[in-house]
Amino acid sequence: MLRVRQLANDFGGPFDLDLARGECVAVLGASGAGKSVLLRLIADMDVGTGAVTLDGLDRDRTSGPQWRRRVVYQAAEPAWWAPDAAAHFRPGDLAQVHALLPMLGLSLDLMDVDIARLSTGERQRLALVRSLAVGPDVLLLDEPTASLDAASTAAVEALLRERMDSGLAVLLVTHSREQAARMGQRTFDMIDGALHPA
Amino acid sequence: MTIHLDTLDVGVAALLVLVNAAASLALGLQVHRQLLWSAFRMVVQLLLVGLVLRAVFAASSVPATLGIVALMILAAAREVAVRPRQRLANGGNFRIGALVVTVSGIVTVALALTTAIRPVPWHDPRYAIPLMGIVLGSVLNSASLGLDSFFEDVRARRSAIEARLALGDSARQALAVTVQAAIRRGMIPLVNQMSAAGIITLPGIMTGQLLAGMDPLEAAKYQILLLFLLSGAGGLAAAGAVWLAARSVTDERDRLRVDRLQAPAKRRVRAEGRGTRSRAG
Repeated sequence: MLRVRQLANDFGGPFDLDLARGECVAVLGASGAGKSVLLRLIADMDVGTGAVTLDGLDRDRTSGPQWRRRVVYQAAEPAWWAPDAAAHFRPGDLAQVHALLPMLGLSLDLMDVDIARLSTGERQRLALVRSLAVGPDVLLLDEPTASLDAASTAAVEALLRERMDSGLAVLLVTHSREQAARMGQRTFDMIDGALHPA
Repeated sequence: MTIHLDTLDVGVAALLVLVNAAASLALGLQVHRQLLWSAFRMVVQLLLVGLVLRAVFAASSVPATLGIVALMILAAAREVAVRPRQRLANGGNFRIGALVVTVSGIVTVALALTTAIRPVPWHDPRYAIPLMGIVLGSVLNSASLGLDSFFEDVRARRSAIEARLALGDSARQALAVTVQAAIRRGMIPLVNQMSAAGIITLPGIMTGQLLAGMDPLEAAKYQILLLFLLSGAGGLAAAGAVWLAARSVTDERDRLRVDRLQAPAKRRVRAEGRGTRSRAG
């Protein structure tokens, strides 16, 4: 489904990776090893060389925004551009958002709350809802449970598994080898900007 | 009646600068050298400009007028480029400054000369050059404020802008708030200038006309016309500069290219097309 070939920039690569529909590939590695570089390059957030295709479609044959709606990148520290949570969602996605929030232990009232008043964990879960609401084919997650307790982490993993059953492919960057084992059909170690099978 | 100033008249006013310098010495403010030097520079610069303009006005030639206007535009473009703290690589600030200053300055002055003021000939340097000077002052202020605000905001809100891009928004959508805020910032001085005119301040042109003996109502009309022109030129310059800056920090793939932006402290030039940055993870 997602094919990455010789993808590189000054900070990492060349990367070669295949990600099948419904598959989760986990990437472990020390901070600064190049894990985020890989995710940002696949999402076309940064300039690089190499090729990426999705279901045979060359990334360069679609516009950047079209590509990033199908291949959504979620940063390790999600950022927000408006004071209230609701402003971060398209009106047409709200029904889906309302269905997703309880699955991650979040109240519907949270949509009207000032983002700054939410806890780090709430913001991280809300960021996942925001990413899923776009309806991507591939989700590039950078430490999506770093700020979560065990129960919230389990809820996130359960939701991701459910979406993977529907065909979502996940590239998961994590510092937890246990999480990599739970979620990933395959696991790689990122060492000095290169992927190595774990 | 026109009041002619002689050297003694100007010398008496210069005493105030000497008083300031003395106060700086007495209070240990350490600004007396700068004060005296800048006063000296101002005197030399204005006398030189006066001499040059006297020659240009006497010649009343199109090439001489265009030459002076071109120099003024270059100087204004340079000011627009250097005032923002952040700079685009490869002279990008100057390119933006030159384009917006030229277009907004020439369009506004041409409009004024061919409609409201209508000197004969229409390019009479006695009208064209001072008018261009006033317009450029306003234009460079609005453009540089807009640019500075835009670049600072892009740096400060980079994560939020990239979050929108990562979810499939276009660069135009992701930068909309930043662009609006920057244009607004560039236009605020114009709004302030117009709302304060006549109540809090007596604007420079009107004051000059009054001192030169013009009827107050006629002077007011000139000032109103000029403020309308300055408002139009400044708004055009702010919007143009910010729009061009937004194009410069994004690319054809709707990516945010902060690698094209450099703080003055690190003015190194990175090759185009090299990867940006986030090394986290």
